[in-house]
Amino acid sequence: MSHRSCVNIGPFHPLQEEAEFFQLTVEGETVVDVDVRISYNHRGIEKLDESKTFDQVPFVVERVCGICSASHPLAYIQAVEEIAQVDVPRRALYLRTIVNELERIHSHLLWAGLAGHFLGYNTVFMWAWKYREPVMDVLETATGSRVNYANCKIGGVRRDMTDEQLKRIDQVCDELRKPLDMLTKAVLDDPVLHARLENVGVLTPEDAKLYGALGPTVRGSGIPIDVRRDDPYAAYADVDWDVCTAPDGDVLGKAVVRLLECFEAATIIRQCCQALLRDGGGPIDANVEEIPPGEGVGHVEAPRGETFHYVRSDGTNRPVRHKVRAPSFNNVPTFKASCIGAQIPDVAITLASVDPCYSCTERMCVAVDADTRKPLLNFGELVRISQEKTKHMLEAGGRAILKDW
Amino acid sequence: MSVADTLTEIQLMGFVGEVLEKLGDAVTEVEQCEPRRGFARIDPARTVEVAEKMIAMDGCRLATATGIDARDGIDILYHWAFEPQGVVVTLKVLAERPSLTVESIANAVPAANWIEREIHDLLGASFRGHPDMRRLILDDSWPEGVYPLRKDFDQVLDRPPLPPNQTPPDVRPEGETP
Repeated sequence: MSHRSCVNIGPFHPLQEEAEFFQLTVEGETVVDVDVRISYNHRGIEKLDESKTFDQVPFVVERVCGICSASHPLAYIQAVEEIAQVDVPRRALYLRTIVNELERIHSHLLWAGLAGHFLGYNTVFMWAWKYREPVMDVLETATGSRVNYANCKIGGVRRDMTDEQLKRIDQVCDELRKPLDMLTKAVLDDPVLHARLENVGVLTPEDAKLYGALGPTVRGSGIPIDVRRDDPYAAYADVDWDVCTAPDGDVLGKAVVRLLECFEAATIIRQCCQALLRDGGGPIDANVEEIPPGEGVGHVEAPRGETFHYVRSDGTNRPVRHKVRAPSFNNVPTFKASCIGAQIPDVAITLASVDPCYSCTERMCVAVDADTRKPLLNFGELVRISQEKTKHMLEAGGRAILKDW
Repeated sequence: MSVADTLTEIQLMGFVGEVLEKLGDAVTEVEQCEPRRGFARIDPARTVEVAEKMIAMDGCRLATATGIDARDGIDILYHWAFEPQGVVVTLKVLAERPSLTVESIANAVPAANWIEREIHDLLGASFRGHPDMRRLILDDSWPEGVYPLRKDFDQVLDRPPLPPNQTPPDVRPEGETP
């Protein structure tokens, strides 16, 4: 079939939290090309940072992303600490680890819930968001805010946690194990989800390397890279944990990696809390006075992959240049490799597999005929197609699939 | 300064030293060589060759690139990350005034495609041989030749006026009323 149509998803992209525009060129149901346009929401944060002092920048960069609002300031602070060669106190390193891992759990659960909704599994959506809520609550208890924690500063952290808070975080992570276990089994043992996600949106290890894919996207392709292990920061070198990978590079692999990482994150947090409770107290700030001239690189494993910051200082109180690279900047172009040849109902979940936010759902999406510009499908209908495919599988092939299991 | 001179001044050690040694005389100056971080300047004429050598190394990926408005031109910094060593090697190329042009590495390393477009948008550096140099960051209505990340651009005074609001073309089928 040679007739080509364009399916536009965007500019208010339904899957990412920022406005993005995907134009799929399709032949029938098969995607033959993807074009991506980003930056409808460019806020000029890098330029803004050049006019802020080193101490002010963390509060600006945590607003880069509402979900990675612990990772971005930490990456920036590590770059500056590299320039100033700061020895951060042990307690501060552990406190940073706790907030970063809590962030990872809430981000992964948010993704799992939305991915479930997208496939027509609203039970998964309800569960995941329900179990995410206690995590958000302890983040609020410990830092004062559900997002934009304002927790880190150059040389340490801004707030200490009391023993009661640490015990509460420890308890919440302990209590989280059971529902997480149930949720993971519900996803991993579900034959329909397997049939729906296996071999969908496959990203090969070779493509992952060439596109510089990061985080669960690359770990789902079987490449065990993780900044937390490879270039340990905060307290990751002192606690016991594993890098989670999945071999196949499909959407199921990425989902598995994210769910398993929640367990690892809970383990890390519990170890940190217990270590801090044993320590009983200590300094949380190294009192950095001055940032000398120089350049530094800071990278942090955010929920979606490596967040990369580069800072150059000329000895004044403001950075000369501050470069921010969020993980999605590298992960989004991998659609060129993973979406080509896929069916339209599968593209929706493939696009979702890289990044967990759909806050702008159903603002605008129109599929038009490439020749007549007449509308064919809107976004709600795309979601419906995706959900119907799952339903058809359940009804038609479901019994056969279940028999295999 | 030749590499031989640099080698005597800064001892190339550890993994970063090994990487820089593999690049041979394409490295013109080693600025920093620490166990986990390396900063070096490379020959602008051999950018593509260096990129091909880097991406062929085990565990190497392009983390990103940074453009900096420097005195003599736009400094392009390619940050290469190595796993599992946890090393970041930054290779610098200067796009000299007035042409501000360097070779593009996007054909050798697809990960450089977007970031080179971004540097082109925000700083005005040109990448020779880039496969797709459309705008990525700036809006289509942004005036040509105005580069917001340059040092002489004031984020308040130099901001171009917003384009007029436009009503999108009506794509409803004929006969359908709103």
